[in-house]
Amino acid sequence: MPTTGAGRLLGSLALLVALAAITASCSGGGEEDVVRIYTGRHYDLETAFVQFGEETGISVEFLPGSDAELRERIAAEGEETQADIYLTVDAGNLAIATEQGIFAPIDSPELEAAIPESLRDPDGNWFGLTVRARTLVYHPDRVSAGAMPTTYADLAEPEWAGRVCLRDSSNVYTQSLVASLIAHHGEEEALRIVSGWADNAEILNNDILILESIADGLCDVGITNHYYLARLLEDDPDFPVKLAWADQDGFGVHVNISGGGVTRYADDPELAVQLLEWLATDGQSAFVNGNHEYPANPSVEPEPLIASEFGTDFARDELPASVFGGLNADAVRLMDEAGYR
Amino acid sequence: MTSVIVDDRPDCDGPPDPAGSSEQNRRRVELDLGDRLAVLAWPGAAWLAALLVVAPVAFLATSILSPRGDVWRQQWETRLPGELVQTVVLLAGVSIGTLVLGVGFAWLTSAYRFPGSRLFGWLLISPLAMPSYVLGFVTLSVIGFTGPLQGWWRAQFGADAWFPDVRSMGGAIAVFSLVLYPYVFLLARAALRDQAGAAFEAARTLGAGPLEAARRVVLPQLRPAIAAGVAVVMMETLTDFATVQYFDVDTVSVGVFRIWRGTFDRDAASEIATLVLAFALAVIGIERLLRGRARFGEAAGRASGIVPRPLSGMRAGVATGLCTVVFALSFLLPSIQLVVWAVERARSDNGTPVTERFGDFLYHSLLLATICAVICAVVAMVVTNASRFGHRRSTGLAARLTAVGYAVPGPVVAIGVLLALVALDDALERIGLGLPGVAATGSFLGLVYAYSVRFMAPALNAAEAGLDQVSVDMTASARTLGHRPSSIMARIHFPLSRTSLATALVLVTIDALKELPIVLLLRPFGFDTLSVWTFNLASESRFEQAALPALTIVVFALIPVAVLSLSLNARSDAAAAAERATAPAGEGLL
Repeated sequence: MPTTGAGRLLGSLALLVALAAITASCSGGGEEDVVRIYTGRHYDLETAFVQFGEETGISVEFLPGSDAELRERIAAEGEETQADIYLTVDAGNLAIATEQGIFAPIDSPELEAAIPESLRDPDGNWFGLTVRARTLVYHPDRVSAGAMPTTYADLAEPEWAGRVCLRDSSNVYTQSLVASLIAHHGEEEALRIVSGWADNAEILNNDILILESIADGLCDVGITNHYYLARLLEDDPDFPVKLAWADQDGFGVHVNISGGGVTRYADDPELAVQLLEWLATDGQSAFVNGNHEYPANPSVEPEPLIASEFGTDFARDELPASVFGGLNADAVRLMDEAGYR
Repeated sequence: MTSVIVDDRPDCDGPPDPAGSSEQNRRRVELDLGDRLAVLAWPGAAWLAALLVVAPVAFLATSILSPRGDVWRQQWETRLPGELVQTVVLLAGVSIGTLVLGVGFAWLTSAYRFPGSRLFGWLLISPLAMPSYVLGFVTLSVIGFTGPLQGWWRAQFGADAWFPDVRSMGGAIAVFSLVLYPYVFLLARAALRDQAGAAFEAARTLGAGPLEAARRVVLPQLRPAIAAGVAVVMMETLTDFATVQYFDVDTVSVGVFRIWRGTFDRDAASEIATLVLAFALAVIGIERLLRGRARFGEAAGRASGIVPRPLSGMRAGVATGLCTVVFALSFLLPSIQLVVWAVERARSDNGTPVTERFGDFLYHSLLLATICAVICAVVAMVVTNASRFGHRRSTGLAARLTAVGYAVPGPVVAIGVLLALVALDDALERIGLGLPGVAATGSFLGLVYAYSVRFMAPALNAAEAGLDQVSVDMTASARTLGHRPSSIMARIHFPLSRTSLATALVLVTIDALKELPIVLLLRPFGFDTLSVWTFNLASESRFEQAALPALTIVVFALIPVAVLSLSLNARSDAAAAAERATAPAGEGLL
């Protein structure tokens, strides 16, 4: 059959592709100890992983991508997956990964000792490694201390109409925050709050934009993750936006995590656990500080910048990440119903 | 085997070999055998290509068979109506925008001579090299609310001074129009050169004023080309989900991703995704309607085209000014901004991360784009040739199916390919042919496959336009003279449609360099490209740090664009054919 032109062409085509595949695969790693990570977290991961490699001789390869897509990939690859660890931001992502059966439970006393219960899966499928607070930010010249909103629900009040900048509903941080509102206040009250937000707010699609919009006067208050403000303050110590810990007299400020677990079909689960243990202990600072996050391990000090700017003494919402993570889909539907974009 | 004997014949035009009739008979028998094989092989190859393209899309479509009523109802009661409206408004706006810019500039640069008119003939193609998401984030950073321009504005006129809302439907329409109009521009210009130009001159000779001639003679003749160009533009707009989010435009594509990522319900998301496909079908329908019975790209004889009239004074100034403004907004100024950011970042402590792997990223991008371009061109050539050698209607259908990937958003293609390859892997394993390692995903092969599915349409379209240059009679003569199809393809069709195939290579290369969602999902470990690098930074709002990789994409996509521009400006018949071949999807999908 290669006698026909089409056949011959397809033959040479196959050859070409095979050659290319070989070329490409040659650029892959060797046969040493390697932990491979699919990660939805793309901050400065490198420093921590390089340090891990230097300390243990185990090298780390990672593939940054979008959370949902990476989960689809692990699920589809099944036993063939190259991923030993799935690392991601937000408890919602971790919860659904658990539901999809992507993780194998980890039995590690070291991890259990290092990470508080509320920041890990009850069955040991995943462990939070960093903590980020989603809280109120404001322009001190335009919002006086006395008039400052103190809770997330306050931003739904009519007095804040046109003065609020919030993140869009496609964003997983917003989804988790709304999920926590559902958990604390019930569907009905959460719907009322989110509807109020929808009436009051300019909806923007990234946290940096929210902070800069507050600085430039588009709005007076907003809700963002704390580290985005830290990042701006690092570049410009006079950046005119301040942070206020939300709901300090109520449930505490909504904290989320980034974290990971060992995949069900990991080639070398022990190496993978070793890396997670290191990230939760000796590697915490290297892993957390690059992104100005709070350590998940309470015995590790946060970096000086956030410790001095934002402090460490604030009430955190103790709602388990697994709980609001599990309510993520409900939060999306609720925002659709509230007309919150 | 047969091919050796038949192909070895020195010259088919030569006198019959008198040496032995038995030799000749043997040849005839084998020729018939080859013919019979060819009859099966050509449609077979075309349908194989169609199957390979349709399989991944079909994998996702299966969810439609058991629809999730609750999700539909909930979405229909909340956001879906708004998404439908916004999708329609966006598509309409971008169509009008690209129509005005594309046809306007095609007319201006073809019908008139003014300072820079020849230069603008190719400068105005350069926005093809600018990914819409890059122009999107540059635009918002510079003239968005927090950008320097509005900051200056407020400083001048007070904090509440009115300024148009950039993050809006209008902003999105402007950005898409600026990067996509070259598709319409290229096609309209080619049509002006080939057909409408001569008709215009004839109408003028017969006493029609220039406007009347343009309206009554030129526009109707341009209609098919315009329709094809706008169809491409609409597909590109429809399948986008990054740029629209920058501008807070809530399209159906955005809805699909919100449901999929937020509720973790892939089935529900792929059901909504069929709405995107429905839109694509509607676009194709409208294109057909607009095109009417006209057959796009059939030039009856070589016309000399329009004779450009010189503009002078004020008019020349306006023409040059208009071209300059659009070129500046769509390409020059954003490129300069990217350069400024890249340099600033390179000088600061907080530079672009992992710059030391720049070489890797570039190499991966180029390798992937080149290989995909070659594959798409080769497959497109086989598929179009099949329609000439095989049963016309059936292979024609196969060709249309092969182009369908262009109407499907990148992430949908990626997941479809993922599922299809996994199924293939399982099937192979069941019959004892298990492939070692990850055959399905995370392999370079899977990546190339997905790219080819997505970008086959531009290649196919160019190849078809190229083959149209070869008359059916010529093919028939060659067959009568005893050439087998493969030999005709290699010796006649290929040389005569070389320019179009080069265009196919160029178009796929440009698209593949800019592509993001597929490479993000399917790449192997360590195989990061320039677009992945850009994404990693942009997804964390580090836009200024993303300037370096974004700029590199633009620069390297500009190379094929320049090749295309230069070959088109050579003004040969072959170049004109290539220009007509630049309707990446319109023709291929129909």
